[in-house]
Parts: sequence; C-alpha cells; structure tokens
Amino acid sequence: MSDWIAAVLMLAGGFFCLVAGVGIVRMKDIYARMHAATKAGTLGLALICLAAMVEAETWGQVVEALFVFVFMIASAPVGAHLIGRAAFRTRAPEDPRTQHDTGSEDFRSHKA
Amino acid sequence: MIIETVQTGVFGFALGVTTLCLIVALFAAAWRLLRGPTLADRVVALDLVSMLLIVFLVIFKMVSGVNAYIYAGIALALISFLATVAFAHYIDRSTGDSDE
Repeated sequence: MSDWIAAVLMLAGGFFCLVAGVGIVRMKDIYARMHAATKAGTLGLALICLAAMVEAETWGQVVEALFVFVFMIASAPVGAHLIGRAAFRTRAPEDPRTQHDTGSEDFRSHKA
Repeated sequence: MIIETVQTGVFGFALGVTTLCLIVALFAAAWRLLRGPTLADRVVALDLVSMLLIVFLVIFKMVSGVNAYIYAGIALALISFLATVAFAHYIDRSTGDSDE
C-alpha cells in the first residue's frame, strides 16, 4: 500500500518538475520564467520528499526528508525575490504584456 | 559495497517515469542556462538545476536506501541558496546607477 502512495506522489512530483523545465524554456521574460521555476520546482521537490517520507523505514529518515523540504520552502522564495529585484533594477528585457504597478519605478533605485 | 538499485512493480515504473521527467527538465534548464539573454536568466536556470539535483538525490536515497544521499541533498540546498544570494547581490551591484 505504501508503495502505491509513494509511486503516485513521485509521479506527481516528476510531473511538476517537468512543468518547471517546460516553463523555463517557453516563458517570455525573466519574471515569468522565475515564476515557473520557483513555484513548480518547489512543489515537485515537496511531493518527492513526501514520497521519501512515506517510504522511510525509521522516524529519523522521515525527519531528514522533512528537513530538505522545509529548508527548500524557506530559501526558494527568498532567492527568487532577490533575483527578481536584481533583474528589475538592471532593467531586464520584458515581454510587452508585462504590466507594472503604479509607483514601482521608485523601486529601481537602491534607496527604496 | 553493492547498492541494489533495480526496482520492480509499480514503484519501479513510477521511478522510471519520474527520472525521465527529471532528465527532460534538466536538459530544458541547461538550454536556458546556455542561452539565457541576461545573467538573471542564467541564475534562475542554475537555481532550477540545483533543485532538480536535490530531487535526484532524494530519489536515489529512496532507491538505494543509503542515507548519506539525503545529507548531500541538504548540503546542496544550502550551497545553492548561498550561490543564488551571492549572484543576486552581484547583479544588483552591476547596475550603472549605483548610488552608494
């Protein structure tokens, strides 16, 4: 039974990793690519860590898989935010459909 | 030490399909890493590559039962986060209108 649950979770995780890969190739500008890579990639990692937790033999292995997941979910948004801010400040090329909020120009200077 | 990696049944099937998906995603990220018009694109692709390698390590831990692989995954997660932060700082400082 646990083999079936782990197999389904692993297939879902692999699917979301594939979505992240397709997104990083097909999306039009840096912000959309970051969106695809960060969110879909983190979800894929979370599902595969969940599969590892289901398959684990001891409670220690469950905690280790959980630790990988918690660390990734804590660090991936921070990294994506920093990269997005750096790209915005260096005026990375944008898709014409990308819209800006009012007042976001102030954010381009380093004082904001 | 011989590591038993051949799996059969439904788990083995899921393992094969998942690994195939991961390899395709790795090639996609490598393509963006080589092509990416800006440095930020390359950093995002590198971040995805390291995340996919962590997924590979977790899967290989499940297959082989060798616990050390998940420690390698934790260390790789730490290093890739630090690399992303350092690259973001570098891109940020490389603007012309730095007002420090």
